[in-house]
Amino acid sequence: MTADLQPFRLASGGLIDRTQPLTFHFGGRAYTGYRGDTLASALLANGVRLLGRSFKYHRPRGILGAGVEEPNALVQLGSGDRSMPNVRATEIELFDGLTAKPVNCWPNARFDIGGINNLFANFLNAGFYYKTFMWPSWRLYEWAIRKAAGLGTVPNLPDPDRYENRYAHCDVLVIGAGPAGLAAARTAAATGARVMLVEQDAELGGSLNWTHGRIDGMSSRQWAAQSADMLDAAPEVTVLKRTAAVGYFDHNMLTLVERLAWDPAVLARDGQASCCLWQVRARQVILATGAIERPIAFAGNDRPGVMLASAVSQFVARYAVAPGRRAVLFANNDEAYAAAFGLLEAGVHIEAVVDPRPVPADFAAALTARNVRLFGEAVVCDTKGYKQLSAVQIRDNSGKTRWLACDLLAVSGGFNPTVHLFSQSGGTLRYDEQQAMFRPGVSRQPVISAGAAAGTMDLAAGLVEGHRAALASTRTAGVSGPGDAPLADPARPVQPIAPLWNVGGGKSKAFVDFQHDVSVSDIALARQESFVSVEHLKRYTTLGMAADQGKTSNVNALAIMASLTGRSIQDTGTTRYRFPFTPVPLGCFRGPATGDLFRPLRRMPGHACHAAYDAVFEDFGGWLRPAYYPLPGETAHAAEQREARLVRTQVGLFEGSPLGKIEVKGADAGKFLDLIYANTMSTLKAGRCRYGLMLNEQGVIIDDGVTAKLADDHYLVGTTGAGADRIAAWLEEWLQCEWLDLDVIVAPVSTSWGVLTISGPAAREVLRKAGTDFPVEAGDFPHMSFREGHVAGIRARVFRVSYTGEVSYEVNVPASRVAELWQALIIAGEADGIRPVGVDGWMVLRTEKGYLHVGADTDGTTSPLDVGWGHVLKKKNDFVGKRSLLRPNDQSASRLQLVGLRALDGAAALPIGSHIVPRAGEEGSGGYVTSSSLSPTLGRGVALAMLIGGQRRLGETVMVIAERGQRPAEVVELAAYDPSGERLNA
Amino acid sequence: MLLIECPWCGPRDEHEFHCGGQSHIQRPGPAESVSDAQWAGYLFDRLNPRGAHAERWVHQYGCGRWFNMVRDTTTHQILAIYQMHEPCPVPSDKGAGL
Repeated sequence: MTADLQPFRLASGGLIDRTQPLTFHFGGRAYTGYRGDTLASALLANGVRLLGRSFKYHRPRGILGAGVEEPNALVQLGSGDRSMPNVRATEIELFDGLTAKPVNCWPNARFDIGGINNLFANFLNAGFYYKTFMWPSWRLYEWAIRKAAGLGTVPNLPDPDRYENRYAHCDVLVIGAGPAGLAAARTAAATGARVMLVEQDAELGGSLNWTHGRIDGMSSRQWAAQSADMLDAAPEVTVLKRTAAVGYFDHNMLTLVERLAWDPAVLARDGQASCCLWQVRARQVILATGAIERPIAFAGNDRPGVMLASAVSQFVARYAVAPGRRAVLFANNDEAYAAAFGLLEAGVHIEAVVDPRPVPADFAAALTARNVRLFGEAVVCDTKGYKQLSAVQIRDNSGKTRWLACDLLAVSGGFNPTVHLFSQSGGTLRYDEQQAMFRPGVSRQPVISAGAAAGTMDLAAGLVEGHRAALASTRTAGVSGPGDAPLADPARPVQPIAPLWNVGGGKSKAFVDFQHDVSVSDIALARQESFVSVEHLKRYTTLGMAADQGKTSNVNALAIMASLTGRSIQDTGTTRYRFPFTPVPLGCFRGPATGDLFRPLRRMPGHACHAAYDAVFEDFGGWLRPAYYPLPGETAHAAEQREARLVRTQVGLFEGSPLGKIEVKGADAGKFLDLIYANTMSTLKAGRCRYGLMLNEQGVIIDDGVTAKLADDHYLVGTTGAGADRIAAWLEEWLQCEWLDLDVIVAPVSTSWGVLTISGPAAREVLRKAGTDFPVEAGDFPHMSFREGHVAGIRARVFRVSYTGEVSYEVNVPASRVAELWQALIIAGEADGIRPVGVDGWMVLRTEKGYLHVGADTDGTTSPLDVGWGHVLKKKNDFVGKRSLLRPNDQSASRLQLVGLRALDGAAALPIGSHIVPRAGEEGSGGYVTSSSLSPTLGRGVALAMLIGGQRRLGETVMVIAERGQRPAEVVELAAYDPSGERLNA
Repeated sequence: MLLIECPWCGPRDEHEFHCGGQSHIQRPGPAESVSDAQWAGYLFDRLNPRGAHAERWVHQYGCGRWFNMVRDTTTHQILAIYQMHEPCPVPSDKGAGL
């Protein structure tokens, strides 16, 4: 049973832990691997090379790379609510019990119904969706296209994982812990600077984990391990592994995503988070992000068994896996030959090495000695093997071809420095013709690139660059640095690369973007259709738009387009690099702000009092407020009606604490308020209140409220609950930016004071019984006045103002004493039947009175003239918005104006939001119902509406569009109840 | 994310601030003497330079004070920070636009 487990695992070597065997499932079958494997390396060890089917053509695909650049080996990881689509098998750290499935194939990767697409490949080329599936209507095809779209599946269940957000500042942020990054981090750490080292892999070392070199007299692996130990010991150094730097923003702010666990058994533990999103601000950034190898385009270059040469090296050296038994190397550069020597070391047979250049002499000698056939000045031009590579076709300079049997083709077209973050930072790139790569050019922020990320492929030079980058960074950070650069053995002289983007010829498609199935012929098609800009090429073909974001395809594509259009690669340029560098789970962005924390609601100081009366709470403008207090068995509507009726007949108790309260004090307080309000406040007498409208400079109503005057230099401004913070900021803005010379200060006190309102014919009696140290008789405390003193022994500011139309007292006490006041009022009002009233009932009362509610009866265009406040035009002094009211459009008679509506066909309330049928000649809507309630007092519906030219149409009948048909309604005055205000002034 | 040096609180993250748009806009008045065109200019006309832009910011989640800033709209480099009542030390690029 165990005999042929992991048939492709090498007998020794690798950074895996052979003492920790792990069991996992892929595509329904069980396999074993080791701790230290990725899912990809474990699958290769088991001889699984067919990982899935491609997006469009459903071609069999295998593993191409060994890291984040992997375009093919996407899997659906896990099941149930933790199932994750499109995770790269090359990035998943193997754990015991891992389960994964291939994507985009059914019933499985080996036999996939979707493979039929391959037969129609000629009709499915780039841009086909712009030209097909249109007749007779695209909607017919939508269902099928949606089903076919995408690769994996997203679970329908809520994400059970925890995500954290963290923030950090540092002197030096080093991205990448390969040789250059480690050299930089060591040097920076030695200066005592605060250093953060970020590495997306589970281990530090980067390429040192799968190459053989010597640094400072020890093996490169030992040096990496020594570096890791040094950094762990340094107190001002933070090392983050499994952490990808995904975005580079303004002023050296970078976003990192740290993966904390893969295993669902670990994720399910209490308090375990799955990812942490870091936002780091660094004085200096060092980018040591390495380089990503690029493939070459040739016919059939996408078969399972075709891999990047550096990936082959990684699987052999780091994971002790032979990716095949019979290999061919096809490379145009010296670095890739390491893959051939690595395979030979591991005992894998190499059939041939193919190089469009002459094979470098020292390599030729070494390879010939190992019986490897050499084909210099030749290329691979085609392949065979549908589900697994079986042969490659080689073509030499004279055009002669031959086939060679093999099951592994290691390809290298060169390397692309990973310049994504550098580019995001605003830096420009320059194309190096000698090395055939884009390299960092001019920086726009404090950032230095080092090592392969800067285009320095040589190990010794990369170490020096990292060291120097750290010296430069710490000098600028104000810390002085010591020491020498780490010393690597000098490298052999390198034969220049021969750029090779597209081989040409061959029967099959030559792929450029594997994940989106974009081929060379698609690029040619784009050129033919004049989409020659790289940004157009990208959108037209979808090349570079998949989850891998073109890491192995972008440069190849633009180089091919350059040659097709006769431009240089520098002139052709790259598409814009954008955040994120690698995919980020959405949960990272919401962090802890989920569930109850998604939108925290504010509780009023009297919250417990309402709960004790079984209040049903709802979100009103960000505050949790009682909508109604149902008696046992009572419906919401019945409760609302009962509570409203209670206020009209006896007395109700309502908490108005969210109301805005702003102290305005100073010699110019009155002058300032006259500028801010559409009406005049300075003429108030001390102890009196006035209702006011505030406008913006467009003349639009932004808030309303009651302001009280305490003294000539002291006012209390009231705002709506939703406007409390906004209006306080508004007042400050005018004082700080426009009228700097006014002698006035503004202090928001909205949450310092709680408000309990008693309203109804018995309200005065309740206030008397509660006890005050000021007289409350009608003559002593008239409507629209203000008293300061004590109520029920509690320090209070009392406003006799009304939103209900009955005698009302808004009693403001320090917020901490609201519950105390509540008890006192309940007791004082017991004989008069006092009970709490919710927001629903409160809204019925104000609608009966025709009192507007900003934001319901007004919108972003409503001016005071529209709500019957034409008198503001008579105000002599300036106020915010005044000039706008003088514009012709603001004075037009055909504007929407606020009116009352009374249904003529019965007692039922008119539907809120219903449109009114326009008159002849009017276009679109004639207006709409803005507020509507059933009045328990009048026994019928009451409504307010915005109606075109409404102020001149009293008595007219209009048609309101209802759910079924239309309802006739008469245009009436705003106040349906007590229009003369008798009850108010009682 | 810009790093903004509030004149009172020191360097803080952009999240703590709110941008009030172009600065040094003169409010025309008295109302009766302002033409419709002048008023429309005050309400709606704004520079849109590729380069230096003088704008005002408020430290909304900090000290609540307004201040002026000159910021390069392409590189986001902050060229100057100065008080509301001070004149602009770096003129806005007039910006012919594209």
